[in-house]
Amino acid sequence: MGGDALIELEGVEKVFDVRRRTGLMRREKRQVRAVDGISFEVARGEVVGYIGPNGAGKSTTIKMLTGILTPSGGRLRVAGIDPARERMRLAHRIGVVFGQRTTLWWDLPLKDSYGLMRRMYRIPRARFEENLERCVDRLDLAELLDVPVRQLSLGQRMRGDIAAALLHDPDVLYLDEPTIGLDVVSKAKVRAFLRQLNAELGTTVLLTTHDLQDIEQLCERVMVIDQGRLMYDGALAGLHSMGEGGGERTLVVDLERELPEISVEGARVVKVDGPRQWLAFPAGASAAPLVAEVAARYPLLDLSVREPDIEDVIARMYERGQG
Amino acid sequence: MRQGTARGIPHGTARGTVRGTVRATVRGARLYPAVAAGGFRRYATYGTATAAGVFTNTVFGFVLAYTYVALWDERPGLGGYDQAQALTFVWVSQSLLAAGALIGGGFQEEMQERIRTGDIAVDLYRPADLQMWWLAADLGRAGFQLLGRGVVPLLAGALAFQLALPADPLRWLLFLVSVVLALLVSFGVRYLLGLAAFWLMDGAGINLVAVVVTVFFSGMLLPLTVFPGGFGEFVRVLPWSAMIQVPLDVLMGVHSGAGGAVRALAFQSVWALVLLGAGRLLQSAATRKVVVQGG
Repeated sequence: MGGDALIELEGVEKVFDVRRRTGLMRREKRQVRAVDGISFEVARGEVVGYIGPNGAGKSTTIKMLTGILTPSGGRLRVAGIDPARERMRLAHRIGVVFGQRTTLWWDLPLKDSYGLMRRMYRIPRARFEENLERCVDRLDLAELLDVPVRQLSLGQRMRGDIAAALLHDPDVLYLDEPTIGLDVVSKAKVRAFLRQLNAELGTTVLLTTHDLQDIEQLCERVMVIDQGRLMYDGALAGLHSMGEGGGERTLVVDLERELPEISVEGARVVKVDGPRQWLAFPAGASAAPLVAEVAARYPLLDLSVREPDIEDVIARMYERGQG
Repeated sequence: MRQGTARGIPHGTARGTVRGTVRATVRGARLYPAVAAGGFRRYATYGTATAAGVFTNTVFGFVLAYTYVALWDERPGLGGYDQAQALTFVWVSQSLLAAGALIGGGFQEEMQERIRTGDIAVDLYRPADLQMWWLAADLGRAGFQLLGRGVVPLLAGALAFQLALPADPLRWLLFLVSVVLALLVSFGVRYLLGLAAFWLMDGAGINLVAVVVTVFFSGMLLPLTVFPGGFGEFVRVLPWSAMIQVPLDVLMGVHSGAGGAVRALAFQSVWALVLLGAGRLLQSAATRKVVVQGG
């Protein structure tokens, strides 16, 4: 395997035994392959998005990478450590944020949790203070340090949790849905912080998300998993071409007034909202002749072209995966 | 101490284990006192709840006290206690009730909830021992509740009734040691109940059974010395007697001489060790189940 790979997976599997009651006394044993032979490497300093529908195996993978689940098969290394065998040693090298859970002490001021982190990870005082100061500054936590965690908003708590995961200088940060439930402003803050973290400290980031903007704004590389298998691993741009026929682009047209549906060659109206109409056309075709024709025949105020929606592309991939 | 968790997972070399233990001990020396302090502060933030608890304990103490007065008027010397000793039993056990979380209110409901929701995953990937963490937090809580909810009911009882409280400071010191051991035994039982949530869908059922068993077998309802014959012998060797009956006997000097007190503390220590050890075994099994089965 590559020399600079921080995370290495080779044919990793996780099979769960599910017992189901089928009668009064009878029980049926069934195996569920949550992760079904996944291989990938993540190099030091990469920011990788790990996406897939609910139940695809994302969280199972993350749990195996933290050592709280042992793989049923295959080989897995994080920073050269076998997570399941040396979970405690690995803990000092990784930071973990589960978006829907918290590591912070609910009833106590935020700063108390950080004090516990310092002791738990045996972080030298100077190092701790430097890291905390950076996190407090960048994540806007100064006002929150004395506030009990239970009084924090979801966005504030998430920022608090991200800081808690970084105080011991982890080589890699796993984020499981870090922006779930956050408002637009909080999402932007979290994303900006992660970008900065990666740029300045070179921290490797692996994040799962349902929010494709997270991926678009943070990750050069994206992995798509479905039913325990890796469906795509590569640049974000490449995902577009994975959609059937390369997907469609959309021309959004603002007319002077409400008019019947525009009818032009090579495009079809997919949506009308008052004087605004959406026209879909093949992603491979040029927008120029279309724009010229619409401008010539209709009273035009404004227009814009939208690239194929990555969400649509991925939705199509999932559907094909099931088909 | 931390080895137990590591044992739940296939572990590396023996060398790694030894080094891990040394490291854990050094870390533990600083981490767990801080966790205990957090547990103390956490409960100190709920002033209203504490006041309500003090009120409840005091009222409950009066109800029990008058019941005991009636009982001991009818049967003087019942269970080997005179009336003042019986009343001491009532008020001191009211003072210990919250600290020992004898009728709930400790960590076990919270732990069961974390297991049920899967939040326990967060506790498992951190470099801290699960049992030590919860024990430290629970001792911190107990420390607060001993002061916050113990002192006032005992004072109220001492003002309203004639109690058989000792004047000898050594007796109080032995009592304190006995209370600490009682807290360890209580934690030991509750930790097993907490871990049971890894196998049970819902902890409410066993928690309820546990409260009933604890109220009866600890001596909180009636001193265990009241029960006659073989049944009395039996209930007095169960771990629950280490939670109320034994500390009370140590305080009132029921066991004659220093040897008696030492035997009482040894009895508590054995139960504490057995239960904490059982907790580690069960924790290993639970961790292995989670690590393999995903909980």
